[in-house]
Formats: sequence, structure tokens, C-alpha cells
Amino acid sequence: MSDQDQTLKPEQAQAYWKANVRLITILLVIWALVSYGGGILFAPVLNNLYFGSLPMGFWFAQQGSMYIFIILIFVYAYLMDKTDKEFGVEE
Amino acid sequence: MSVEVWTYIIVGVTFAGYIWIGYQNRVRDTKGFYVAGQGVPAIANGAATAADWMSAASFISMAGLISAMGYDGTIYLMGWTGGYVLLTLLLAPYLRKFGKYTVPDFVGDRYYSQTARTVAAIAAIFVSFTYVAGQMRGVGIVFSRFLGLSITGGVIVGMVIVAFFAVLGGMKGITWTQVAQYSVLIVAYLVPAIALSVVLTGNPIPQLAFTFSDVVPKLHTLQTDLGLGSYLYSNRATIDVFAITLALMAGTAGLPHVIVRFYTVPNVRAARFSGGWALLFIGLLYTTAPSLAVFAKYNLISTFENQPLAEVRNLSWVQSWEKTGLLAFDDKNGDGILTMTKGDANEVKIDNDIIVLSTPEVAGLAGPVIALVAAGGLAAALSTASGLLLVISSSLSHDIYYRVLKPGAPESERLIVGRSVILGAILIAGYFGINPPGFVAEVVAFAFGLACASFFPIIILGIFDKRTNSQGAIAGMIVGLTFTAVMILMMRSVQLLGTAEPILPSFIGITAQGIGTVGMILNFVITFAVSRMTEAPPQDIQDMVESVRIPRGAGAAIVK
Repeated sequence: MSDQDQTLKPEQAQAYWKANVRLITILLVIWALVSYGGGILFAPVLNNLYFGSLPMGFWFAQQGSMYIFIILIFVYAYLMDKTDKEFGVEE
Repeated sequence: MSVEVWTYIIVGVTFAGYIWIGYQNRVRDTKGFYVAGQGVPAIANGAATAADWMSAASFISMAGLISAMGYDGTIYLMGWTGGYVLLTLLLAPYLRKFGKYTVPDFVGDRYYSQTARTVAAIAAIFVSFTYVAGQMRGVGIVFSRFLGLSITGGVIVGMVIVAFFAVLGGMKGITWTQVAQYSVLIVAYLVPAIALSVVLTGNPIPQLAFTFSDVVPKLHTLQTDLGLGSYLYSNRATIDVFAITLALMAGTAGLPHVIVRFYTVPNVRAARFSGGWALLFIGLLYTTAPSLAVFAKYNLISTFENQPLAEVRNLSWVQSWEKTGLLAFDDKNGDGILTMTKGDANEVKIDNDIIVLSTPEVAGLAGPVIALVAAGGLAAALSTASGLLLVISSSLSHDIYYRVLKPGAPESERLIVGRSVILGAILIAGYFGINPPGFVAEVVAFAFGLACASFFPIIILGIFDKRTNSQGAIAGMIVGLTFTAVMILMMRSVQLLGTAEPILPSFIGITAQGIGTVGMILNFVITFAVSRMTEAPPQDIQDMVESVRIPRGAGAAIVK
């Protein structure tokens, strides 16, 4: 377990990790915006708009944010799959 | 056929199915017992994770809590789904690459410390105990209502069945049983929700009916008129809603029985995708719950409010729920007409837990559907209980007994220790199931607070910050855990210590369920600061961190 991965040069490993952290950061910003933003902090403002028959903040809190969570995970899995292949670290 | 007969048949058939699957997948080696031989496909692990994690609280209590809380029920909806984003992006792939059996395994190896391993194991046991008590309560409620036992009797029956599962299964047996249990519980949840949605709105998709029909605004108006509070807008402090949601999200990502499911897949890619499948399967129930909450509550208010008590008592489902004590009428002003409102004048007491369980009867569905809901509630409770009991058992028999106390212990001996532990755990959990500290979902919420204040920060820093060392992690974990436990104890002292008033009602506006967020922040800050003030971790540990960041080699990672 503790031995270094021999298939990757250190600078490549750094680049792979950087790409991963960058993708995670982007997706988590969206995650925070829809849940803590749309569903909680900005909900009182968004509630002036309507989606269907529901105030928008309420809809984000009890429906919308959950759909976006699911999409975020699959997007991450799909894009990291591509990154793995790019760097030749897939299995 | 009567509902009772249907219930015996459907519960009997599903139980026989679980036992058969568990028996077919029984294992004898520890790798099979703890991590299912690491051969579970991503989609199956997603379904197993969904069943493992959707507890009696999710199935039985959540829609009821949401219906009582309105907008504020959001804390459970977002809190219990958003954590999967954190889990899949920040934890699961790297822990899978690490490739051992338990969460304390990672903590102990990453922080090269038996103290860290022991603290993690004790935290895992504590968290799982807190959580499993809620499952026992759920089992008791289902048995008492549908099979005519008292709640105490129901809990005891549940204890016997759960004991059987946990000892028989091992992780491999538990995994495939959970896949079956997911199928049962999701069908049992969706059928009545769809039926009620059609009855009230004519739309068969509850999520669409929730968004586009006028039931939600109508309920909101009705509630406001009756003085029951707003449904669409918050009745709580924003900081509290924020803190509780974050505590539940980070707690989900830090719960040992959820994390350990990601050890069972073949590689890192499968770990990422099974996070997506898990949340998709969970989301099916969680996006339905708010619709069910609204439809059921609207329906109950229309049935009771301003109706003659004698007429209401003629309904057969009202009679059977009154017997359980979860539904109660008290015609205080003696006019023979029921009044629903807030405070002393209220004449109808509806326990939140009956919202889901009574839906099929209220919607006038036939006996088999009522029985299916009972089977679904039991599937949710049993699948979660078996996953938790495995964590308690592996923490004691693998992490503490084998890795700390007696490193040379043979496998057979470790299995005996693990099984004795499970039996003891079930007895303690059963006691708390009979004497619950609060609502099922609230009991469970404490486990989340403790998980988010202990594991979540040190696992993340262990992966993303090479400089985090043993001293930092131990200090952070102890402070986070102690702070959160003491705060919960003081805020819930009425229930837990028997004081007349809570010793501390809230901490800067944050209540007991959200206090884990503060514990988590403390843990992050202290782990980070103490690590920077003490020496860097040894080179081989830093190499290990480099290694878990690269997916290749996970399939070959041999557990020593």
C-alpha cells in the first residue's frame, strides 16, 4: 500500500490531482449555490418567483436541489472517468 | 382476506426471501464478512447503499416530520441527500483505493496511531448505537400496528429477526439482502404515494403533482387559517436551518456504515458511479416524500377538521390507529365536533409516524397495499439495522480486538467475538427502542451530528492535506466529539438527564440537531492547527496519501 505508484511520474500525478481538485471545486460551488443558496439563504427572495404553483425558494428546497445533487455526482463520475483515461490511471 | 392475513403473508414472504438470499451468500472468510469480497457491481452497491441508509426514519417518520414542519422539513430532504455529493467527490474513491475493511482502519493507518484507531472505533460504535435504536423503534411501531403486538412486543420480535440477519449475513449476505430490501421498500413507498396523488390531483407522478397542482397552496392557506403555522415559509431561525442541513450532509458522508459500503465495489470508478446510483435510488423516495407529506396532511385535515367525532370514529382505520395511541381525540369543549388548531384547544393528536403508515387506508387502497407498506417499513428498518450492527461488530472484533488488543487472533476467534458483540448491541438498542429519547428521526439526527464532528474532517484532511498528522487528528476528533456530545446532552437534558428545563436551549441560535456543524468546524480548525505546530507525518504515510489519490491499483490492493 505504502509504495509509490510506479506508473505515473510525480509531475503527472500532480497534474492529475490538480485537475481532480479543480473539478471538485466547481461542482461543490454549484452544490452549495443550489442548496444553501437557493434553498435557504436566498429562499425568501426567490419565493417572490413561482415555479408551477410553488414559490421558487420552496421548490429549490424540497425538489430542485435534490435533482441537481444527482446530476452533479454523475457528471463527476463521467468526467473523472475521462480524466483517468487521459492520464492512463484507469483500471 | 383481512389486512392482518395479507400482512402476515407479505411480511412472511419477504422475510423468507431475505433469509434465502442471506443464506445463498453466506461467507466464511473475513474479507467476505467485512467487505463482501470487494466484488459488488456499482449499481447493486447503489441499491444496497440506498437500503442501508434509508432507515425506518426515512421510510416511516420523514414524510410525517415534513408534514408537521412544512418548509423546515427541508433540513431532512436536503440534509439526507446532499451528503452523497460530498461522499462521492471527497471520500469514497480514495477510501476505496485505500482498500481495507473499516473506517477506523483508514484512520489508524493514515494517522499511524493505535490511539487514533481506538478513538475512531469508539466513535463508530457510539454513532452506530445511537442510530440503531431508531431502527428498533421503527420495527416496533410496524409490528404493533400491523400485527397487533404492543410496541414493546414489536421491538422484541424485531430484535430477534435483526439478530438472525446480522449473524447469518456477513457483508456479502447483507449486501444482496439489501438490494432486495430496497426493491420492497421503494415499491411500498411509491404505490400509496401515486394512488393518493391520483385521488387528490389526477396526476400519477407525485413530484409533478406536488409542483403543479394547487394542493400545496391550499394546505398552506388551510394551515394558516386554523392557526397551525405556515407551510411554505420557515418558522425557524435561518442559522439553525443552515447548521442542521450542513450537520446532516456532513454526517451522512461521515457515517461509518455508509462509507464502508464503498469498500465493497471492485475499483475506484465503480465507487464513483455507485455514489450516483445510490443518490438516484434515494432521490426516488426523497423527492416523493414532500408530496406524500402534503397530500396525506391535506387529506387528514379534511377528514377531521370540523367533523362530528362519532362519524370520524366510524372509520375503520381511525379505530385501528386509535388503539395504538398514535392517533387520539379529545372533545375538550364537548360539542361533538372536532377542532384542529395549535395549543390547548386542539382536539386531534396525530403522531407524525402515522402519516406514511396510514396513507393506504386513508386513500382507500386494498389490503395487499397496506400489507406492502408494513413490509416496506420493516425492510427499511432491517436493512439499516443489519448494516449498523456489522459496523459495531467490525469496530470491536476487527479494529479493537484484532488490530489493537490481540493482533495474532485467529479468524474463527474474531468471528465469535464479533457475533457476541452483535447480540449485546441488539439488547442495548432494543432498550432504547422501547424507551426512545425522541422521534425516530430525531434520535437518528444525533448520530449524524456526532459523525460529522468526528470522522468527516479528519478523513477529508487525511486525503487532501498531506501535512495533517496524528497529533492533529486525535486532538480534532476528541474536541469535535466531546463538544458535540456535551452540547447535545445539555440541550436535550430534559429527555436525557431528566432535568425540568434544558440546561442550555441553544448555542448562538443553533439547536441540538445542528450543533454537529460547530463541532465539525472545531475539528477542522484544531486538526489543521495542531498538525502545523507539530512535526510532519513520516514519508511512508505521505507516500500512502499520494497513492490513494491515484485510482490505478485499487483492484489489486491486497488486504494484509
